[in-house]
Amino acid sequence: MSEVKFNDETLAVVHNLIRRYPEGRHKSALLPILHLAQAEFGGWLSPATMDYVASILNIKPVEVYEVASFYSMYNLNPVGKCILEVCRTSSCWLRGADDVIRHIEKRLNIQVGETTADGMFSLKAVECLGSCGTAPMMQVGKDFHENLTLEKVDELLTQFADEDKHSRYCDANTYRKN
Amino acid sequence: MGKKLLLQHDNVPGIDTYEVYRQQGGYASVEKALKMTSDEVVEEVKKSGLRGRGGAGFPTGMKWSFLAKPEGVPRYLVCNADESEPGTFKDRYLMQRHPHLLIEGMITASYALGANTAYIYIRGEYFYIVNILEKAIEEAYTAGWLGDNIQGTGYSLNMYVHPGAGAYICGEETALLESLEGKRGNPRIKPPFPAVKGLYACPTVVNNVETIAAVVPIVNMGGDEYAKIGIGKSTGTKLISASGHIKKPGVYEIELGLPVEEFIYSEEYCGGILNDKKLKAVVPGGSSVPVLPAELSLKTPTGEPRLMSYESLSEGGFISGSMLGSGGFIVMDETTSIVRNLHTFTRFYHHESCGQCSPCREGTGWMEKITHKILDGHGTLADIDLLWDIQRKIEGNTICPLGDAAAWPVAAAIRHFREEFEEYVSNPASIVDVKHYYNIHNLVEA
Repeated sequence: MSEVKFNDETLAVVHNLIRRYPEGRHKSALLPILHLAQAEFGGWLSPATMDYVASILNIKPVEVYEVASFYSMYNLNPVGKCILEVCRTSSCWLRGADDVIRHIEKRLNIQVGETTADGMFSLKAVECLGSCGTAPMMQVGKDFHENLTLEKVDELLTQFADEDKHSRYCDANTYRKN
Repeated sequence: MGKKLLLQHDNVPGIDTYEVYRQQGGYASVEKALKMTSDEVVEEVKKSGLRGRGGAGFPTGMKWSFLAKPEGVPRYLVCNADESEPGTFKDRYLMQRHPHLLIEGMITASYALGANTAYIYIRGEYFYIVNILEKAIEEAYTAGWLGDNIQGTGYSLNMYVHPGAGAYICGEETALLESLEGKRGNPRIKPPFPAVKGLYACPTVVNNVETIAAVVPIVNMGGDEYAKIGIGKSTGTKLISASGHIKKPGVYEIELGLPVEEFIYSEEYCGGILNDKKLKAVVPGGSSVPVLPAELSLKTPTGEPRLMSYESLSEGGFISGSMLGSGGFIVMDETTSIVRNLHTFTRFYHHESCGQCSPCREGTGWMEKITHKILDGHGTLADIDLLWDIQRKIEGNTICPLGDAAAWPVAAAIRHFREEFEEYVSNPASIVDVKHYYNIHNLVEA
């Protein structure tokens, strides 16, 4: 893996984020910076990535580890390029989320929590994403795919398999340059 | 048509842009508020009777008046946009389509509270909305509604968006503040309350997205006028997120006091039950509130029509009532397995418990395992009693309300649908036959 270091453009964004919080409260920027780090360094937070973030914020590495392990959006292990996050809570379940999950499992020949052998897809079952009125749904990167049918799922999987980029929640352009 | 205060411009193309929003009268509440003293603005909110729209329903004006104002210490307004209560998606709708309404409300509220910095803490899963809000905030800075010396009044305000990273618990206001400080989302022991020691140990008000948006019409029309809308102590309008087995799921703005029956069956709202099935049950206020069987959803225990209001939905206490909560209105038809639906909830709370308090950390795990065991066909009658026992031991015994929120749906499911649990444990073969969800092909029955 290449060196863990933000490029100049992202580093400028990181410093802008830090300035959003009062003097001495720069640790507040930890969550948004971890999101950027995960997006830039392979879709997951390796110990090297977390140590790097700690060095940027001048905090102890353990302060990063304890936070990264608390929140469900941070991946602490390598993941597929494309992460399929299917909601399974009440309203989605009522409208067929189980069908969506079973269909993806069968089609990709993996179980929930696993990654395909080619490293392309990971499948996650997640809790309510606030898309109950357009259930069933899955999130891929920052995009919500709603009112799913099995045909729609098939189309999406074909489309994702052709894409080069890994799914990500954010990038250097997410934030305004304040 | 019911009264619309938040979504009145919902069909105006481009309402998410500054130009169109301003043309439709946007930012008038800021202009008006800046000509008043901050205490006068607080007074209008008090008079309006507005209650927190995140779920707890605490009077907003009173919450604001608790804010400590020590000399030389900054105060903060933090918007709770961590919307994660299963069945709730109204804040997402509001922020996505009406970002300037939230920003306008934030400015007016910040002025009233004397805050010069405001944060919008939004759940990380809504990252696409971070883009929308960032763009709208940029427009508001350019137009002179944010930054130094706003509209030449000497009042200054900076506003920032802060993404979370996936944790239901961060919707609890002190967990949210911990998270905003870059830590794990463990709720704090109260007191001190955030109004005294909140963000960075400074006085802080945390309000839900919809609550802050409601400040705009309140200041525009005056608190007394707002209080005339709605019913009794449930003043104003409320956004309801309608989902489940209904013909028209979506976000609806209702005047508080609308009969539940009208909400479910009228064409203006949910349009009736999917495939014209019979109604079995409703979770009226998000996953945490007690489920109500059909008859108690539509009528109070005394036989009056049940209304969409804080008071009417809770009439009868937890024996025969529920709560308005966040307005996450989940409808289940006659084919729904209440036990299976409950399992999605027990699994949810187990997943989301922060682990700080033993009753919640251990109890939510047990409740998930037992509901799973029953669904797996291995349950016993004693398991139902054990489930009841566990939820009782969680309720009231934790630092934050997540424990209660995990306990209530379990209690209500057993209270109202015990025979379904008993059928599952005494006749496991019946579980297989339960048509527990719709096949997603055209949503015809599986």
